[in-house]
Amino acid sequence: MGDYTAQEIYSIVVMQSFSGVSLLCIYVLMGLGLYIIFGQMGVINMAHAEFLVLGSYTMCLFSQFVTETMPSLTNYYVILAIPLSFGIAFFVGYMVEWLLISRLYKRPLDTLLATWGLSLIMQQCFRSFIGARETSATLPEWLLGSWSASDTIDIPISGLVLLVLTASLTIGLVIYTKKTRMGLRMRATTQNREMTGALGINTKMTDRVSFGIACGISGIAGAFFTTMASTSPSAGTNYIVDSFLVLVVGGLGSLFGLFISGVFLALLSSILEFFMTGSIAKVFLYLVIFITLMKFPRGLFSDKVRS
Amino acid sequence: MKDIAKYSESSFSKLLYDRFFKNKEGVIAFAILAVILLIVLPMGLSTFRLNMTGKYLCYAFVALGLVMCWGHAGILSLGQGMFFGAGGYCMAMFLKLEASDPESTAIQSTPGIPDFMDWNQVTELPWFWYPFKSLPLTVALILLLPAVLAFFMSIFYFKGRVTGVVFAILTQSMVACMWYFIVGNQGYFGGINGITDLKTILGWDIRDESALRTLYFVCVFLLLGCILLSRYVLSTRLGRVLVAQRDKETRVRFSGYNITSFKVFIFCLAAVISSIGGAMFSLQVGFMSPNLVGIQPSIDMVIFTAVGGRESLLGAVYGALLVNTAKTAFSEAYPTLWMFLYGATFIAIVLFLPKGLAGLYHDHVKVWFNKIRSKPKSSAAESEPDSVPTIVELDKEVPDAK
Repeated sequence: MGDYTAQEIYSIVVMQSFSGVSLLCIYVLMGLGLYIIFGQMGVINMAHAEFLVLGSYTMCLFSQFVTETMPSLTNYYVILAIPLSFGIAFFVGYMVEWLLISRLYKRPLDTLLATWGLSLIMQQCFRSFIGARETSATLPEWLLGSWSASDTIDIPISGLVLLVLTASLTIGLVIYTKKTRMGLRMRATTQNREMTGALGINTKMTDRVSFGIACGISGIAGAFFTTMASTSPSAGTNYIVDSFLVLVVGGLGSLFGLFISGVFLALLSSILEFFMTGSIAKVFLYLVIFITLMKFPRGLFSDKVRS
Repeated sequence: MKDIAKYSESSFSKLLYDRFFKNKEGVIAFAILAVILLIVLPMGLSTFRLNMTGKYLCYAFVALGLVMCWGHAGILSLGQGMFFGAGGYCMAMFLKLEASDPESTAIQSTPGIPDFMDWNQVTELPWFWYPFKSLPLTVALILLLPAVLAFFMSIFYFKGRVTGVVFAILTQSMVACMWYFIVGNQGYFGGINGITDLKTILGWDIRDESALRTLYFVCVFLLLGCILLSRYVLSTRLGRVLVAQRDKETRVRFSGYNITSFKVFIFCLAAVISSIGGAMFSLQVGFMSPNLVGIQPSIDMVIFTAVGGRESLLGAVYGALLVNTAKTAFSEAYPTLWMFLYGATFIAIVLFLPKGLAGLYHDHVKVWFNKIRSKPKSSAAESEPDSVPTIVELDKEVPDAK
């Protein structure tokens, strides 16, 4: 680091932080889905990253469709593409819960294996039906510019937009789980399935919808993913381990912890990546996570309730 | 006096017999596996196929370790590739040093160091390569390094009561960490290409036909030895405590057992056994690369165990052989179909055969056998419940052992 002046280091840190923002949004959105599936329902979904890729392909294919058939709407298709990514991922997630996960609620370790198999199948589906080549979406112009906060600092607009959308989704999810009827049912079902069923709540339907919502959020993360990288069938695998770690570091039952640990890890990773090669930065990031978890085995902001 | 000596001797051998085989069925099953591996396969297969079988058997070591720590102790580790890699890399580094003596590397700018170091502008051998100049030190490291790694990887988390799924995720990220570490240090560990071009061990060419056959037999003997060792460990009281804490952790804790040390021990033992497999892998295949020990291979190793039956040591060997053979057969002919089939295997095993092939044998084949055997006898024997799972049987035996 010796070759940089203090001013430059300051600018580097700020700009790298903002390039970490897109990563942060992906982490947090993936983490939100995992928070519902893992933190609430106690199921491990290793195929979660494939739902991200699904959302991402939806965005890419939709953008191709729009630019080919009605080029005048290129600037606005995003507004429709995001709900579409959510919808498709929701639907697939709903079906997966119905056919597979609903049989495995008592065996969390087995869900891990089954969903890993599911992720292999989904990746092969992408490869066979969409193609193994990398695709990317045509982004509307208003997302591409950057905002110069000072002479040495440039902040991409897409990062800012992502940040706002992610924050509003997070707040929306908090309201959903804590304040609405459906959220109440979800929490009741995860706490005591039999009792909730006895009270006349359709626990199967609740599970299905919760799982679907989690996958749908991952689909939205996929739509955002197209702004930072091109999509390939196995693009998600790099993110699944990291997003699980974000959730574990944050503490399983805590949305606030999820957000804080997402910020912490995304910033750390993008700042480390500036000063070292990508792989060594990853090694350091993981070591920091392992040491943090040695000190706080239940995560930084864990629920005080014993399971 | 003579009688007593004879009695104690026979009871000692009986104890060993109980520990290793449990009953006649155990002896027969072990003998069948030994005959298949030592006689049938070497006679029936070409050297090329036998070498491939040897490669699959290296994964069986890892599967054995997983039977102990996953099937019996309930610790699912998605990071066994790390220990497999530790053993594999130790052996590969030794072989690589031997292959890059000053004469054969004379064209390099620094002769006497491995070729990939030369390509990456490393001019002298790094300090951590020095132990690999001697075979005894290498063997010691193959056994020690994974144990040390496993100890530090697990003790803090088990102490903090990180269990189940979270520990599985952690071990998976440790494998990812190791993968990035190897890939990032191209000059020191060969990067993504791995360590290739391994030729001789102590001057003995490991690539010709007779060497491949010999190595296969060494591998089988080590594997059978590891099976007996694992059987012994699982049949001791330690093994019972492990099963007990898997099923009811708090109750065992309240009975005054320090569960952490039990778990750490079995995790380390599984790591050492995996590492032996890794070392045999480097010897038989002739190279080691990070993609053989990354996230995907580590999960593959879990599915070998699951297919064989997560509680059955012998099942693990059959599982590793079966899945790998299927993989080779299908992925040569229909690579696309194989991915679907492989994914479906994960789901089918979990949904329909949670105890794997061993469970299938236990619940159907054995029942059928017993029916045939008991038909000439009275009908009372038929009603004997024989389809009870292994662990229930284990529990039943506890009073006898005391």
